[in-house]
Amino acid sequence: MSTKAAPAPRLLRSAGFWQTSREALAGYAMVGPAVLLLAGLVGVPILMALYLSLTNAQVGRPGVFIGLANFLALGRDSIFWATFWNALVFTGAAVSLKTVLGLAAALLLHQPLVGRQVYRGLVLLPWIIPTAFSTLGWWWMFDPLYSVINWTLIHLGVISRGLPWMAEPVLAKTAVVMVNTWRGLPFFAVGLLAGLAAIPRELYEAAQTDGAGPLARFRFITLPLLAPVLLTIILFSTIMTISDFNIVYVLTRGGPMNTTHMFATLAYQVGLVSGELGRGAAISLFIFPVLLVGVFLLLRVVRRSEVAGT
Amino acid sequence: MRAVACVSRAAPLYLGVAILLTFTLFPFVWMGVTSLKTNAELYNIEANPFTIARGITLSHYAYLFAKTLYPRWYANTLLVASLSTVIAVVVSVLAAYALARLRLRGSEVLGTGIFAIYLVPTSLLFLPLSRVVVGLGLNDKLWSLVVTYPTFLIPFATWLLISYFRTIPRELEECAMVDGASRLYALVRIVLPVALPGLVTVTIFSFTLSWGELMYALTFISSSVQKTLSVGTVGELVRGDVFYWGELMAGGLLAAVPVAVLYAFLSEYYVAGLAAGAIK
Repeated sequence: MSTKAAPAPRLLRSAGFWQTSREALAGYAMVGPAVLLLAGLVGVPILMALYLSLTNAQVGRPGVFIGLANFLALGRDSIFWATFWNALVFTGAAVSLKTVLGLAAALLLHQPLVGRQVYRGLVLLPWIIPTAFSTLGWWWMFDPLYSVINWTLIHLGVISRGLPWMAEPVLAKTAVVMVNTWRGLPFFAVGLLAGLAAIPRELYEAAQTDGAGPLARFRFITLPLLAPVLLTIILFSTIMTISDFNIVYVLTRGGPMNTTHMFATLAYQVGLVSGELGRGAAISLFIFPVLLVGVFLLLRVVRRSEVAGT
Repeated sequence: MRAVACVSRAAPLYLGVAILLTFTLFPFVWMGVTSLKTNAELYNIEANPFTIARGITLSHYAYLFAKTLYPRWYANTLLVASLSTVIAVVVSVLAAYALARLRLRGSEVLGTGIFAIYLVPTSLLFLPLSRVVVGLGLNDKLWSLVVTYPTFLIPFATWLLISYFRTIPRELEECAMVDGASRLYALVRIVLPVALPGLVTVTIFSFTLSWGELMYALTFISSSVQKTLSVGTVGELVRGDVFYWGELMAGGLLAAVPVAVLYAFLSEYYVAGLAAGAIK
């Protein structure tokens, strides 16, 4: 590893063929472990998922090729369709809520408040603490008998009897969206705060001298300049929300009566708990189109901001 | 007059902050309150849940340590998270340096590929990976996690480190190498110290992500002694119809402590990671 090679001056470079190839060799050796790990444990599994979805493989049994039978069976399966709509509705609702509330939180924490740094730090906690642990707290808050949310609502006179959070599908779905919003809001808030900080003050001052009110300034300065950051955050969040496993698993396990599943939890239940590996793989593949579109759009956004030099 | 106007203008803002913080922090506070209450009070429907009338108790915490494998899960998690982090950081530093610095054919494609892989959710991979893990003979072993966790850590770490390495002037290393240092030496002694903030960021993110990972642990690990905190706490503190709520909250909260401590001391690095797109 003791290359004494100084970077060759331009004239000598053609003569330094061996040297360049040594550099390339070293380079490939350095990238090698990452490429091998990712190819073996991400690339290969993706291909395996595609293949498994076309077989009747079960846990511990290889299975045989059955064409699109798994997908056709899913098409006739009401639980799958419920999950499909959940994926769209949960993701749509949670990402919208996160966008609106996250933007509101960012605008709020952008104000010159006393203790602003402390608030910013605290707001990020739901995003830092792993959901496997924090969702336990929500689970308990939605307990049928001892729900603190129910207790508070009853004592405020909003409801007369406790809401059966985890027993009633609509309420259980609301709970899942609520926890997801709670978890993702900090990411939006703090991400957008960085975007807000990057908007030059002079723009607002100029607009103010031209007589633009706060709403006009928000509409014509803040929003357009925040758009690239907002778009990036929304794309990231959409991919993460639609593929989420932890929140549904801890909070509802897909219940009551399989009404709150997302693709990941249904794939887990069908693929591992029931052992229908091929069917489970077919379910998880429904995340794939969203992922492809997301990656495509994100790469475009990222490239554009790289070209813009930020 | 001015002070009054100022207060009346700022009051709604502080009210907004109060609502925001209540929403974000309440579940943690609630876990804490619950974990300290006696069962008699916890399961009394008449009692005001916000107060601790009968005194605080550490019995739930004691139960975790005396009657469950919680300490073992803690040790397992520490081992898995530390090893995965070390592997991920070393592999990512090497890859990122090569991609950022060396004239490699295809480095553009590799960079894009790594970013795309970063976005691949684990929920797309866990079923086929369960086969791979069995094939490798790692089923129900902690090593199955040590091997698979880096795959969702490396893409982000590499992606972030590439941008850090690119900001370091090439001349710094070239000077060292003119003086006869090898490239590896230049990387370790010149580049890494300058890229320390990036290194800290990827380290704490890798640690945090592997510390709380649930899906792979649930899929690959089945015996109680091999479990990590996430699967153990979520799965083993409910026996049949009996929920050990005090223990569940105590377990969840204690499990969150290392991450919270890291965050308390290194919050600016977490924010830097967030800005770079750390989302999982």
